[in-house]
Amino acid sequence: MNTTSNRKGKIKDINGPIVTIELPGVQNGEQVRIGSLGLYGEVISLEGNEALAQIYESTEMVRPGESVEGLGHPLSVELGPGLIGGIFDGVQRPLEAMFLKAGDQIPRGLSPLPLDRDKVWHFVPSENLEPNMPIINGAVLGRVQETETIEHRILVPPNISGELIELAPEGDYHLEESIGQVRDQQGEIHHLKLYHRWPVRRPRPYQSRDNGIEPLITGQRILDTFFPLLKGSKCAVPGPFGAGKTVVQHQVARWANADIVIYVGCGERGNELVDVLDSFPKLKDPYTGRPLMDRTLLIANTSNMPVVAREASIYVGITIAEYYRDQGYDVVMLADSTSRWAEALREVSGRLGQMPVEEGYPAYLASRLAAFYERAGRVDTMDCGKGSVTLIGAVSPPGGDFSEPVTSHTKEIIQTFWALSKELADARHYPAIDWVDSFSADVSTAAEWWHENIDREWEKRRSQALGMLARDAELSRIVNLVGPEALSSAQRWVLEGAALIKEGVLQQSALDPVDTFSSPEKQFMLLDLILSVYDAGADLIELGVPVQELSEMSVLARLRRCKELYDSNQIDQLNAFREEALNDFKEIHSEYAQRGEQPA
Amino acid sequence: MSAKEYRTASSARGGLLTVANVPNIAFGDRVHIRDQQGNTRNGQVIRSSDEEVLIQVFEGTSELDLESTWVRFLDEPVEIALSPEILGRIFNGLGEPRDYRPPIVSSLRRSISAAAFNPAARTYPKEFIQTGISTIDGLNSLVRGQKLPIFSASGLPHNRLAAQIVRQAKLPDDDSRFSVVFAAMGVSYADARFFQEEFASSGVLGNVVMFVNMADDPPVERLSLPRMALTAAEYLAFDLDRHVLVVMTDMTHYAEALREVATAKGDVPARKGYPGYLYSDLAEIYERSGRIKDRHGSITLVPVLSMPSDDITHPIPDLTGYITEGQIVLSRELHNQGIYPPVHISPSLSRLMKDGIGKDFTREDHPHVSNQLYALYARALETRNLASIIGADELSTRDRRYLEFADAFENRFVRQSEDEDRSIEETLNLAWDLLSTFPPQALTRVNETEIAKYHRQSV
Repeated sequence: MNTTSNRKGKIKDINGPIVTIELPGVQNGEQVRIGSLGLYGEVISLEGNEALAQIYESTEMVRPGESVEGLGHPLSVELGPGLIGGIFDGVQRPLEAMFLKAGDQIPRGLSPLPLDRDKVWHFVPSENLEPNMPIINGAVLGRVQETETIEHRILVPPNISGELIELAPEGDYHLEESIGQVRDQQGEIHHLKLYHRWPVRRPRPYQSRDNGIEPLITGQRILDTFFPLLKGSKCAVPGPFGAGKTVVQHQVARWANADIVIYVGCGERGNELVDVLDSFPKLKDPYTGRPLMDRTLLIANTSNMPVVAREASIYVGITIAEYYRDQGYDVVMLADSTSRWAEALREVSGRLGQMPVEEGYPAYLASRLAAFYERAGRVDTMDCGKGSVTLIGAVSPPGGDFSEPVTSHTKEIIQTFWALSKELADARHYPAIDWVDSFSADVSTAAEWWHENIDREWEKRRSQALGMLARDAELSRIVNLVGPEALSSAQRWVLEGAALIKEGVLQQSALDPVDTFSSPEKQFMLLDLILSVYDAGADLIELGVPVQELSEMSVLARLRRCKELYDSNQIDQLNAFREEALNDFKEIHSEYAQRGEQPA
Repeated sequence: MSAKEYRTASSARGGLLTVANVPNIAFGDRVHIRDQQGNTRNGQVIRSSDEEVLIQVFEGTSELDLESTWVRFLDEPVEIALSPEILGRIFNGLGEPRDYRPPIVSSLRRSISAAAFNPAARTYPKEFIQTGISTIDGLNSLVRGQKLPIFSASGLPHNRLAAQIVRQAKLPDDDSRFSVVFAAMGVSYADARFFQEEFASSGVLGNVVMFVNMADDPPVERLSLPRMALTAAEYLAFDLDRHVLVVMTDMTHYAEALREVATAKGDVPARKGYPGYLYSDLAEIYERSGRIKDRHGSITLVPVLSMPSDDITHPIPDLTGYITEGQIVLSRELHNQGIYPPVHISPSLSRLMKDGIGKDFTREDHPHVSNQLYALYARALETRNLASIIGADELSTRDRRYLEFADAFENRFVRQSEDEDRSIEETLNLAWDLLSTFPPQALTRVNETEIAKYHRQSV
């Protein structure tokens, strides 16, 4: 790929990030470097002798007539050990290394290699491999311990297969050292290294697709219990500003039971990434006990970084996600926010003078979105069993209007929809996920898992709770018209029950050390407890107990606080409280039952 | 300097001038244009090909003719001269003095379009700034390095609030050097005058750099003005180790100027005629605030914008809200009731508050108190709606308590006078006065220890 000598040309026209170049033999999609600074860019269309390139960096002070160099390959990422724990920009430049090298601001034309060439990795070859064996693409050549928790499987690159000629013995290797040789069908010999490159816009191959079977556990009650997302599925989180999209994404990044989390900050705030960089090394992965950064990778194109690299950033993210999937891992990729990506698309298309269709977006918005989300999935990998990429994309609809193009197109593609509401956020009901607008198409699959692993009543209890919330919305409308006096006792108890669900289950504080994570057991116990209390109360109302008396029971205040009083390991204490709470109801019950039996 | 001069202007419309047959002009180059009277105008190259060059003329192209206009390419980007002397000075959007004093002479000149900060170079902002305003300190705390805009609307006292923040903002127990950079875009004479007098009377004028573009100054100049101001702020913060508070008003005028130029260029409009890149463009400005590793100074940004027709979903406030770390929203309803500052807390938010308050920063009960006030006020507003339908007399005792709370909250907590500088302690105590009108069991967002310590029934 790199053997062809680089071709030279020159700049014809500069229109912000879109530059017209003259470069004989250039291919569409090819990487170019332009001007004396050597700014990186990508060819996006060809016309006669001229080509249009989008440049990933500011083109200030670049002039027509300056030179252009074609690099002979499309935008690609380096895939190998050393990715995890790192922070990269939208075209995979290592930001830590750039900070050390160049200081506070990102200088133009600087392009350190994404992976550290000086680092030595301990390579253990696969035992089942021997020279002269046939070997397929995606086969595991050997292993490297990348972090304490992640064993990095060194794969034969997807475009190479044939006969294994040589495999290096166990030992310490630099990235550039050869660890094996493969002769392909044409007889060409490929030297394999600990890393390889792969073009970001081409999905990585796998054997076959499979259905998702297991929910991704995020420890967030409204997500896991009410709107489950399967591993390998795709999900959108739309919401107006201030509704808490970022906190939801951070919570998923922190607590999801995935092997690898890739967080793409696409056109978002710099400080949010700093927050992750600061806090994740100090936080523990709840499943392995290791620092969270040991399984996390950040891609950062903050809102003030060049827009063209923003368009590339989510492809860089998803390609790395696929690479770890191919090693047999469950990967979660969070893209915050896909709207900024779509806007980058719009900006480039606008500069190209393409015909806008909706709100200035180009006609290919829907197909690009669909193709991107389609890269999520659970698959049979070439050599590592099952692996999955779960894709969670934040959407930032202008004015919070879900009918705008990006939200509405995304909604058609995804399986799970976590809709954030301004009203809930204004009342500081967090996470502000609206239980009316949100949906999950995977409830029945998730139910199988919950029934098998947690409780057979899960689906029933879930529907009961949603039913009560719907009743609550209906009754609240009546209250708002004619006042609470118009409701029967039973109806007022529904309002009380719904309030308990909202406060005791749906609301969850990301800042409270106990409440921030709820295990599936705890999630179900809380829900079941509140519904049992509601049921017990409903029985009492039938007996004629005034709703006022029930509402003022001190046990209800405790019930609202259960989520933060008992952590996920204190299931026994939670059970004890349950006994106590239901006992209080039994006492009232026997009191009234006796009264009822006595002759008037 | 190898400046090139041409007389080949081929078209002029709005703020844009095209010059033909000028090869190899740099994109973003600074331009001087001399008209037939010999007056010089300023411009910048916004598109350059080997055949023609498109120039954005800051003063506009009216009264230019194509024959006698001389265009001189300076071969340098738009820059600002920087030295400690900028403090106490007033400049226009091009960095030229508008206080009848000589220009800044300095060998230090910086391009106003700085490269983006590397996220890996940033430090997370955490230091609580006390503004002395309860609705901000108590409920939407500002921290050093944050960008927290004020969403206002015509006729609301956003300027007075911004001035009060400038006057009162301080870190508890800290008297390190601070400066103010004030950027005014398209403001009225009265507003500019108001701020100048404010700074003078509070004795901070010597620590203020002002960049002013009046409503009748060329709109195109508004595009470079905030970048001038922020380049100056970066110099003060990261070269001179100062804590800089940047106040920008009014971002709506800025965005309108951007729309004007974009339309003239023929850019594809997205929403309400604003160009699709409005988000990125605003982000380039707002994201220049923050804290940097191993630097002592900081840039805290308080942009003021007026929401056209009080509409928070209008592209300008909407995109701003997606970039900034929260927003302070002013309400016409509160203003009409005579409440100053009319901060509507429900849509207001500070995203960086969580890490800058509580134990070790303000007081341990602060996060919960804030949360509790929010929850009670939301409920109280619902009750108020209900009361307006069925009448207050029909409400239960419990609901009536909420109604009273809403009034007390607005009149005692939100309302304060323009010279009232409340410490965070005072703000939190005031909050507990209000919370104590409820029985402890009704307060589910504060914990039992805090109730025991601060609830008036417990004390």
